[in-house]
Amino acid sequence: MWKHHGKLERHSLLLVIGILLVVSIGGLVEIAPLFYLESTIEKVKGMRPYTPLELAGRDIYIREGCYLCHSQMIRPLRDEVERYGHYSLAAESMYDHPFQWGSKRTGPDLARVGGKYSDAWHRDHLINPRSVVPESVMPPYKFLAEKELDYRDIKAKVSTMTKLGVPYTQEMIDSAQADLEAQADPFSAGGTGLKARYGEATLQRDFDGDPEKVSEMDALIAYLQMLGTLVDFKTYKAEENLR
Amino acid sequence: MMKIKAPRVDAGDSTMSSTHAPGGEMTKTAAKPGGAPLDAVLLYVFVGVLALGALLATAFTQDPLFRFHGYVFLGAFVAAFAALTIGITSGSLNSPQDQYADGVVRAGVIATMFWGVVGFLVGVVIAAQLSFPNQLYFPDIGWLNFGRLRPLHTSAVIFAFGGNALLCTSFYVVQRTCRARLAGGAWPWFVFWGYQLFIVLAATGYLAGITQSREYAEPEWYIDLWLTIVWVAYLLVFIGTLWKRKEPHIYVANWFYLAFIVTIAMLHIVNNLALPVGLLNHRSYSLFSGVQDALTQWWYGHNAVGFFLTAGFLAMMYYFVPKRAERPVYSYRLSIVHFWALIFIYIWAGPHHLHYTALPQWAQTLGMTFSVMLWMPSWGGMINGLMTLSGAWDKLRTDPVIRMMVVSVAFYGMSTFEGPLMSIRAVNSLSHYTDWTIGHVHSGALGWVGFISFGAMYCLVPWLWKKDRLYSNRLVEWHFWIATTGILLYISAMWVSGIMEGLMWREYTPQGFLANSFVETVAAKHVENIIRTIGGLMFLVGGLIMSYNLWRTVRLPSPDGAVEGSAPALVAAE
Repeated sequence: MWKHHGKLERHSLLLVIGILLVVSIGGLVEIAPLFYLESTIEKVKGMRPYTPLELAGRDIYIREGCYLCHSQMIRPLRDEVERYGHYSLAAESMYDHPFQWGSKRTGPDLARVGGKYSDAWHRDHLINPRSVVPESVMPPYKFLAEKELDYRDIKAKVSTMTKLGVPYTQEMIDSAQADLEAQADPFSAGGTGLKARYGEATLQRDFDGDPEKVSEMDALIAYLQMLGTLVDFKTYKAEENLR
Repeated sequence: MMKIKAPRVDAGDSTMSSTHAPGGEMTKTAAKPGGAPLDAVLLYVFVGVLALGALLATAFTQDPLFRFHGYVFLGAFVAAFAALTIGITSGSLNSPQDQYADGVVRAGVIATMFWGVVGFLVGVVIAAQLSFPNQLYFPDIGWLNFGRLRPLHTSAVIFAFGGNALLCTSFYVVQRTCRARLAGGAWPWFVFWGYQLFIVLAATGYLAGITQSREYAEPEWYIDLWLTIVWVAYLLVFIGTLWKRKEPHIYVANWFYLAFIVTIAMLHIVNNLALPVGLLNHRSYSLFSGVQDALTQWWYGHNAVGFFLTAGFLAMMYYFVPKRAERPVYSYRLSIVHFWALIFIYIWAGPHHLHYTALPQWAQTLGMTFSVMLWMPSWGGMINGLMTLSGAWDKLRTDPVIRMMVVSVAFYGMSTFEGPLMSIRAVNSLSHYTDWTIGHVHSGALGWVGFISFGAMYCLVPWLWKKDRLYSNRLVEWHFWIATTGILLYISAMWVSGIMEGLMWREYTPQGFLANSFVETVAAKHVENIIRTIGGLMFLVGGLIMSYNLWRTVRLPSPDGAVEGSAPALVAAE
């Protein structure tokens, strides 16, 4: 048997082919089925694509590396469910390109942080985390409140998401910029259209408390405040989605 | 049956020029006197076209971040174009086939040490930030926040330090064990500088906020495309050199290097499948989402460990440990079993990063099972490395370099035992999301990857610069003890803080309420965070001592008969 291995040692192409075969198997067996299995492609009531402002906020969440210290994946363990809320469903990240499950909790899980704190708390906390949580080790994000959101490419972003399978309608794409501006302005008439497209529960507020501009802080808080709020667990039946 | 077919460790270290007649094989890339070598001209045209492309992209983009990187690309290509102009006209890009191409290896050694120190330094900074947030965060300087520096740290140590160590040792080892000059003429230089450009793009990108948020694969789509080009060139140079070999057998270290290069190509391409928001926009969105995306990422993430940080560095072990100990590899058969079992099983282990998540349980169980199985080939490799010292154990006392490599293999054994343990679902429910994971990673990264690379660099510098010894063995001793103590402080602190916070999160009062708020678990880790910072600082100091020692070694006078830059074929054993 050992002498047959000599062939591989003498022919580099055979060795490359051997390596490729051996390293392909595991990934194929584990990943491919996830595109077909019921529990991983289930549709759950309440899930909708992100509004343009939330999408912009999500991009800031990614840009600042929040995922490095905050997970968005609640495990079905007693303490986690009591601390953070219902365990996370696969469907809840179905529109997350890319996923934001995280791998480390230097800070708490954020999968259901939406609605737990006020906008003002978030703003204060982001500007100086230790002003509201003295023991916190989180960096300050004062600059987010000062920096105007650059949303020139928001329509392109929404449209890119559509190509990846996120069900934005043509109407949503066309009004992406208007919807973004409307969501950060509680007095905007555009709110009606926004809520017609993304649902009545969509938050329309001046998230950062600064009416002068749409800041990066507006977008980030809008994103944080909707996290984990889409699925109504009073009506969700887990048995139908056993995994 | 006991035919001795095991590839000899010393293969190729005899002189190269003595094995073939002068002018015998000079065909493809060797230049005629006065003519420019074809490979360099091709590279010249390629770089010129790239410079033009970068110029257009920079001029037409609306995206400030994309424009910033356009300038970086443009500057790099223009500089490369100028360097090639000089190189071709002066004839310094000719490739004499009776000499090893060691210039690129020397450059790789310097890059390894430079990026190593940078990576360790950023690590110390972010560890200190978690210890002293009031002093080390600056509200107006967003790019110095933990979230932007942390990917800089991980990429700098994994891809810049580790990657350059792999690049230069693979170029060194493949030439010696094949007794052939690197294939491709000037293209190994393209691989080297192209890879440095990738590092600079990634690093500046993180600071500027350009990231895909895929851990250890953060660079955006256009940087990924650039790395793909560089990597394909790397693969071709490596395989091309194997094709030129004058040894019948491919040496075991090269199997591991080859598996590392091929598999990283596959992982990199699949994990980075993404759709750019625009051709002139830095942002892209991943092709997959949610659970499919998560498993793709951790299939990549765990095998970045398996193939970048393990297979490649095992190749280093299989060359430098026997070479330094002047003993053959312990067992040829164990190498075969080790190699195939390791690369087959590693690929399955990814799902252990997703225990108790929305990933289906069968996939988690598969990941856990294969992770536990992985223990066996890992320890097989460790035994093969350690037992290579049979009959040479006394060198542990006399040669601090070999001691460093042996301790590195011991750390490999320790972390490949800890890994399977942590992949068990019940253990993982405690350890996941905690500092324990960070400690585990660092026992592998500092202990195994760091020390084996240091060992290889301590070997390479005197060999490459034609010195008969290192500047100071005492400084190697100092490096060894300071760094080892630093690692132990680091991983012990992380065990304590990780297990503590895991237990605190799940602690209940007798009345049945959660005992701790989250921030109490943060506050409880303060002392451990400081100890971790000190440990990291010690590791950094070790790296600085090493850099000084290597620099002084380069400046030592060369012994008689060995002139720097002369035919490297004259390398003796040490």
